[in-house]
Amino acid sequence: MRDCFSLDDRENKDVSIFVDKETKVLVQGITGKEGQFHARQCVAYGTKVVAGVTPGKGGQKMDDVPVFNSVKAAAKETGANCSLIFVPPPFASDAIMESADADVELIVAITEGIPVLDMMRVKNYLENKPSRLLGPNCPGIITPGECKVGIMPGPTHKPGGPIGVVSRSGTLTYEVVHQLTMQGIGQTTCIGIGGDPVNGTNFIDCLDAFQKDPETKGVVMVGEIGGTAEEEAAEFVKNTMNKPVVGFVAGLTAPPGRRMGHAGAIISGSSGTAQSKVAAMKACGMHVCEDLGTLGELCAKVFA
Amino acid sequence: MKIHEYQAKELFKKYNVPIPDGEVAFTADEAVGTAGKLGDFPVVVKAQIHAGGRGKGGGVKLAKSADEVNSLAGEIIGMNLVTHQTGTEGRRVKKVLVEQGLNIDKELYFSIIPDRATAKIVLMASEAGGMDIEEVAEKTPEKIIKVFVNPLQGIQPYHLREVGFGLNIPPAVMKRFQPMVRNLYKLFVDYDCSLLEINPLVITKKETVVALDAKVNFDDNALFRHKDILEYRDLDEEDPLEIEASKYDLNYINLDGNVGNMVNGAGLAMATMDIIKFAGAEPANFLDVGGGASAEMVENGFRIILSDENVKGILINIFGGILRCDVLAEGVVQAAKKAEIKVPVVVRMEGTNVEKGRQILAESGLNLTTAVDLKDAAQKVAGIVR
Repeated sequence: MRDCFSLDDRENKDVSIFVDKETKVLVQGITGKEGQFHARQCVAYGTKVVAGVTPGKGGQKMDDVPVFNSVKAAAKETGANCSLIFVPPPFASDAIMESADADVELIVAITEGIPVLDMMRVKNYLENKPSRLLGPNCPGIITPGECKVGIMPGPTHKPGGPIGVVSRSGTLTYEVVHQLTMQGIGQTTCIGIGGDPVNGTNFIDCLDAFQKDPETKGVVMVGEIGGTAEEEAAEFVKNTMNKPVVGFVAGLTAPPGRRMGHAGAIISGSSGTAQSKVAAMKACGMHVCEDLGTLGELCAKVFA
Repeated sequence: MKIHEYQAKELFKKYNVPIPDGEVAFTADEAVGTAGKLGDFPVVVKAQIHAGGRGKGGGVKLAKSADEVNSLAGEIIGMNLVTHQTGTEGRRVKKVLVEQGLNIDKELYFSIIPDRATAKIVLMASEAGGMDIEEVAEKTPEKIIKVFVNPLQGIQPYHLREVGFGLNIPPAVMKRFQPMVRNLYKLFVDYDCSLLEINPLVITKKETVVALDAKVNFDDNALFRHKDILEYRDLDEEDPLEIEASKYDLNYINLDGNVGNMVNGAGLAMATMDIIKFAGAEPANFLDVGGGASAEMVENGFRIILSDENVKGILINIFGGILRCDVLAEGVVQAAKKAEIKVPVVVRMEGTNVEKGRQILAESGLNLTTAVDLKDAAQKVAGIVR
């Protein structure tokens, strides 16, 4: 997979991974209620929203943003290299594959509730495509002060770095970022990878990019119950990273066999418990925060 | 979504997957009638609840005569069946499946699950059938065969052979076994299953292969395209408060503790439950009102938490993004005015329109405790329940 822009040819000392102020965004589902609301929020934040896509509404405009019938047409006309998807679940896998087929470099799928089998097909389809997928069921990605491609509240973030944030959650990420900001710690880029069992970009992809990004001095990784992504990420931290990583896992009190909101947040059998994730993080030298109320203070110490 | 064994077997039948002859019965009389139709003894009487481990809990019995069917079905229907999956309170049995007994030669394990890490569909099988598969996986992982199928490619004959030869299926049975596995895969994909498990899958003395048990779960996110499966929903198997919450699109799970909580976002909700635990109390529920909650949803969520008698205090934790703090505050005030609140409520808000939200709460005249941050909220909650 290829990054949205190459880290090597950055100018003006950008502090970010995957998106920056040059990123050109097209919004799939821009004429829907959510798509419209959040497209406007992104524009207000300063993001270059260059196109919208709603099949059948090509030729119209949403505010000043031209709407196209297809991603291909939108990308060709406007040079968009990133898509932001608000398409409802039954049609979302189609929307993701359409963007991949149009060679959009970064695809950010906000949609919650896509059937697992649909996402499994998408994931296998993307194997041989250069596009990077973020999500689905995620808040998106933000490089504070430069570019917001998602639904997170902009003012919570503090521009300028030096900390990267990667998370499986939405509002929990806002809480984490809020605590960083309250401690005076800015962020390079904050990424939501989504709460579904099958998703695109994973923890390791993001940790790898943060490790390579010279402006990022440390990372906060926010996990939750279900699957083994946190354990694998912890191994990666141990083997590959020399920047400090603070870890948090939600769901220490979650009962087994119950889906805790997110489709991916479920303890099945003995696998996927918060306890095993916390243990793996500690064993791999990560700084683990067990009580969310104290995360900001811990970060202030670790990143001092 | 979960369904009963007898319902799963209806689906198996539709997909030409062999099952024992049998019928569901709601009374002992009906069970005797079904046994009569089957013609031959012994028959098996199986409790129908949405939980595994029914045999060990005494919910599956062999009957050698009509009298035995009558007494066993009478015992099982109405019993409070406790298994390792029901919790200590158990589950009331309302119906049984009465099935023809079979002459079993060999018991196998077979399941199909989606593998989240590889995004492949996994066929899992083992010759150690009838056992707890988690235990087999832990103690003797070499006894489990896993065959990964790319959903874009679909199931191929070599996948079927890999499972069949791996299980040492006798040649005479193989010609029945392979089409059955193909059909099970088709059922799994057609209906967006999240689990399809047969334990045991048996080979009979007559060299047939039969699904003696059947467990099928469905992906909740895909139910919009399977209206027929929704008709299998059994509300008796669900928590009344969870049913009520689902009417309002609220994501609610009833738990054993005494601190009710309402949060926006699943991750933050889990983290808030953990904070309650750290403060020395136990969460009474999980409740995610979602990113785009309306004042009405907040009001209903509040009402549902309050109707749990165990709740001794409530923590509301909202990080306003799409859900603005003023909307939340209005919902809380509306709910508080309609329902009589007898327990202390701690509210912690942050994010979009937080000042406006705090103002609404302050001017409401309600007896609410406001917390400035999560740490403060946790301490205030701890103070309440002590």
